[in-house]
Amino acid sequence: MIVLLRLFYEYFLIGLFSVGGGLATVPFLQDLAARTGWFTLTELADMVAIAQSVPGPIGVNLATYVGFKISGIPGVLAAVLGIVTPSVAVILIIAHILMKFKDSKYIAWAFNGLRPASCALIAAAGVSMAQLSFWSDGAFNLKAIILLAVLIPPMLKTKLHPLVYIAFSAVIGIIFKF
Amino acid sequence: MPELLRMFLVFAKVGVMTFGGGYAMLPMLMRELVEKRGWLDTEEFANMTAIGQCTPGIIAVNMATYVGFKRRKNIGGIVATLGVIFPSVIIVSVIAAVLRGYTELPAVRHAFAGIRVSVCALIVKTVVSLWKTSGKNMFSVILILVVFAASVLIDVSPTLLVIGSALLCILLGLYTERRAKKGGAE
Repeated sequence: MIVLLRLFYEYFLIGLFSVGGGLATVPFLQDLAARTGWFTLTELADMVAIAQSVPGPIGVNLATYVGFKISGIPGVLAAVLGIVTPSVAVILIIAHILMKFKDSKYIAWAFNGLRPASCALIAAAGVSMAQLSFWSDGAFNLKAIILLAVLIPPMLKTKLHPLVYIAFSAVIGIIFKF
Repeated sequence: MPELLRMFLVFAKVGVMTFGGGYAMLPMLMRELVEKRGWLDTEEFANMTAIGQCTPGIIAVNMATYVGFKRRKNIGGIVATLGVIFPSVIIVSVIAAVLRGYTELPAVRHAFAGIRVSVCALIVKTVVSLWKTSGKNMFSVILILVVFAASVLIDVSPTLLVIGSALLCILLGLYTERRAKKGGAE
C-alpha cells in the first residue's frame, strides 16, 4: 500500500512538472530510478523503447510499464492516475476560464500569439524527428527520403486516414529493411 | 448510445490508433475531432495544441480533457481522458507481463523506422494546416519563423516561447488599441 501511494505521489509530481508531454518525463524517471532503486537505467531504456513502439501517448505507456514493473496491475493504476491527474485538473481550470472569458480581448490577443508559437514548435519537433529518420551514421538515409517524397503529395491532396500512411510505411520499412 | 459512452469509445479509438505519442498524435486527433466529428474547429484545435505545449502533462490527454469538458463539463473531461489512456494501459500491461525482447525483433525495428518517416510526413501536413489558421498576417508569419529558429537553433524552452509569444501579442494589442484611440481623438 505504501508503495502504491508513493508511486501515485511520484507520478503526480512528474505529471505536474513535465511540460510538453511524452519523452519529457524521461529525465524525471532517471532521477526516480536513482532515488528509489525501483528499476535500473538499462531497464528504463528498454521501457522507453517499448513505450515508443506501441500505440498511445508515450507518457502514459511509460507510466503503465513502470507501474506494472513495480507492483503489477495496482501499480499501473497508481502510476497512470498519478500522471494524468495534474493535467486533467489544470485543463479543466483553463477550460472553465476560457468559457467564462471567451469574449475577452486579452484572451483573443494571447491566442494570436499562441497559435503561431505552437505551429512553429511542431515544425521544430518535426525537424528533430527528421534528423532521426533521414540522417544515420553520418550519411543520408536515401530509402527514408524516397519514402517521404512518395508520402507527402497524396497526404496534402487527398483525405485518406493517417493510419493508411502509417500502415503503408510500416510494410515498406519491413520489406526494404529500413 | 449515451454521449459519455460514445465519447469514451471515440477517444479510446484515438488512443489505439496513435503511434509515436505527442506531435505524432496531432494528425490523428485532427482527423477524428475536427474533420470527422466537428467537435472542435481548426482554430480551437490550434489553440488547444498551444495550451498543451505550455501546461503540464501529455498533449493528447490535454486535448481529450478539453473536448470532453466542452461537450459534457467536468465529467465529460474525465471520461474522455480515461478513454484516451485506456488502450495504452491494457496493451502495455500485456507487453510488460508476457512479451520480452519485442523491440529487438528485426521486423519490429524496420517497421518502426518506416513509421517514423510517415510520422515526419504527417507532421508536415499538420504544420501546413496549422499555418493556415496561425499565419494570417505578416506579423504572425514572422513570429512563426522567429519561434521556429529559437527552438531549433538555440534550444529555448517551449514553455518560455509559448508564454513569451502570448505576452508579446497582448502588449501589441494594447499598443494598437491605444494608438487607435489617440488617432480617433485627434
